Amino acid sequence: MTTATAPPEQTTPARSARGLVDLVFRARELSLVIALAALVGVTASVNGNFLSGQGIEDILLNTATLALLAVGQSMVVITRNLDLSVGSVVGLVAFVTGDQLASGWGILPAVLLGVAIGAACGLINGLLVSFCRVPALVVTLGTLYVIQGIDHYIAHGRQINAVNLPPGLLSLGNGSVLGVPYLPLITLVIMVAIGYYLRSYPSGREFYAIGSSPEAARLAGVPVRRRILLAYLVSGCLAGLAGVLWLARFGTVIADSAHGWELLVVSAVVVGGVAITGGVGSVYGAALGALLLTTIGSALVVLRVNPFWQQAITGALLLLAISVDRVLALRLARLLRNRSRHG
Amino acid sequence: MTPMRLTAVTALLALGVAACSGTTKSTVTSAPAPAPASSSSAAKADPNAPIKQGLKLAFLPKAINNPYETIVDNAGIEAAKEYQGEAKEVGPSDASASSQISYINTLTQQGHDAILIAANDANAVCGPLQQARAKGIKIVAYDSDAAPECRDLFINQASSEEVGRSQVKLLAGMIGNKGDIAILSATANATNQNTWIKFMKDELGKPEYKDMKLVKVAYGDDDDQKSFTQTQGLLQAYPNLKGIISPTTVGISAAARYISGSKYKGKVVLTGLGTPNQMRQFVKDKTVEKFALWNPKDLGYLASYAAAALVSGQITGAEGETFKAGKLGERTIGKQGEVILGPPFTFDAANIDQFDY
Repeated sequence: MTTATAPPEQTTPARSARGLVDLVFRARELSLVIALAALVGVTASVNGNFLSGQGIEDILLNTATLALLAVGQSMVVITRNLDLSVGSVVGLVAFVTGDQLASGWGILPAVLLGVAIGAACGLINGLLVSFCRVPALVVTLGTLYVIQGIDHYIAHGRQINAVNLPPGLLSLGNGSVLGVPYLPLITLVIMVAIGYYLRSYPSGREFYAIGSSPEAARLAGVPVRRRILLAYLVSGCLAGLAGVLWLARFGTVIADSAHGWELLVVSAVVVGGVAITGGVGSVYGAALGALLLTTIGSALVVLRVNPFWQQAITGALLLLAISVDRVLALRLARLLRNRSRHG
Repeated sequence: MTPMRLTAVTALLALGVAACSGTTKSTVTSAPAPAPASSSSAAKADPNAPIKQGLKLAFLPKAINNPYETIVDNAGIEAAKEYQGEAKEVGPSDASASSQISYINTLTQQGHDAILIAANDANAVCGPLQQARAKGIKIVAYDSDAAPECRDLFINQASSEEVGRSQVKLLAGMIGNKGDIAILSATANATNQNTWIKFMKDELGKPEYKDMKLVKVAYGDDDDQKSFTQTQGLLQAYPNLKGIISPTTVGISAAARYISGSKYKGKVVLTGLGTPNQMRQFVKDKTVEKFALWNPKDLGYLASYAAAALVSGQITGAEGETFKAGKLGERTIGKQGEVILGPPFTFDAANIDQFDY
């Protein structure tokens, strides 16, 4: 995780500082894993079924779509931007591809159509944010409503039913290979690919540079606009794919699939340690955040906790994550300052 | 920080809406006198009056993107053609309490003969409806009632008591009156759901169901993902669960989809209220044996004829009056201006292919 990218001519204090940064953020992901383990442990001790094959499969399936969206979203958030339109894109894609599949399309063309719609939405977001310099919050809030409107117009009160979808698509939603369901597998592959790119390619590192300081990145010759555009494009494509997966999983779809999910995705990303101020975090953390939020939802039901608590707990986690980030950032800044003074 | 800002915006919007509804209410209280006229001083009902030609009706559903309401409204619009009337559907894109108000006001100005409404909030729409009635427009509520003093008739899909009791009977028949059961409802404060659940509990109190135990009422909020998770949780938390009743179309289809791909298929009996099209897949793959619903097309048809009968003076909305509802035959108005469509219909593998909605 650490050595591959370090150029040999780096000086010792720089390397140790970098190791320190890595350690802190690995600790962040580690703390998520610990929280998750504790949650699963407590729940499983109360009800053994929680860790049965079916129980684990359920959690992985529940997480797949959210984690996919969180991976795309974290790329945008790392560049100090935000994509609130993802929920609407999922809804639009789920309905439009469902409509096409019901009229006899094959699965592959439908997936491509879904990703293309997502890409188009991402492109519009990206162009408005990066080239027209409109704040991301306003742009994506606007596209959220526009895309939702288009979705409602196309759907016009209709519904996609499971019986009209090809059996192949439905088995994609709940089938598995070697005991691992397809959906989480797809998410995992995409997450690792994007995670590797962001971590190990120079152009991947530039996303972090932009998020840390857009001005400095621009002066250093980073093609800021192109990178931001790419981040939105990826987020859009993944939202499009998530829309198809949503359809595969639920089978019955009306116009408002994933309604309100944009905020859930942002929560997963922030809980996962991606700083909302940009420049910090990883897609693995974001996916872990999604896993944690989903597991809490399932655990509360199994533990027979009143469902009204679920939102309160999600909110508390968000606040905790933001406070931890703040404290960590301050500590880290102080440590780095001390080191450079003594080194 | 961004979500926080968003919350602030939403809060502001909500305030704005609250302020709006406040004003509407106050205008109503300032002009209360003419409203009740239609029931008290109106001409007596003349059951033999012919249905007027060229009536203008408008359907105002909870939200235009609700598939169920689309079926109901289209059937009502078709029915209007039978008596040479003209009907249309208009409505908001979200099912919030206040969103129907501006539509009611517009329809009132356009001078329709009758407005048929599935109220999002029984009281929020009351003021504008009173104003419409003051101008001689007849109001027929269907699917979801408005406060009784604000409408002339309510077309109820089925009596709440019958829905609740028949759901328990349906499930009991499939699990042999024995075992733990759960209910997967919509939102915790949905009036129709809670009324049905109340009657289900009452039915379960009868001696023949002494071996059936209701262990949990879960809420899926009419959201796919949430209904899914709730179903998973129910099956994990209560390993002895024998049956689930989901009296909501979103809930039953999500639960069926989950069970169809899990190890619980064939072990847990699922029933509830769903439309034949959305449940067809799960009846065919034997996840679900039987479920129930009324015919939403008949609901729209009946509402349309009831509105025409009101406008034509065949009925005034008083208890005991009767009118002819086309192919559905003669209907009688019950207490508080309610007309009941009929008992819920049970779908199974043998009959499901005869229905397309």
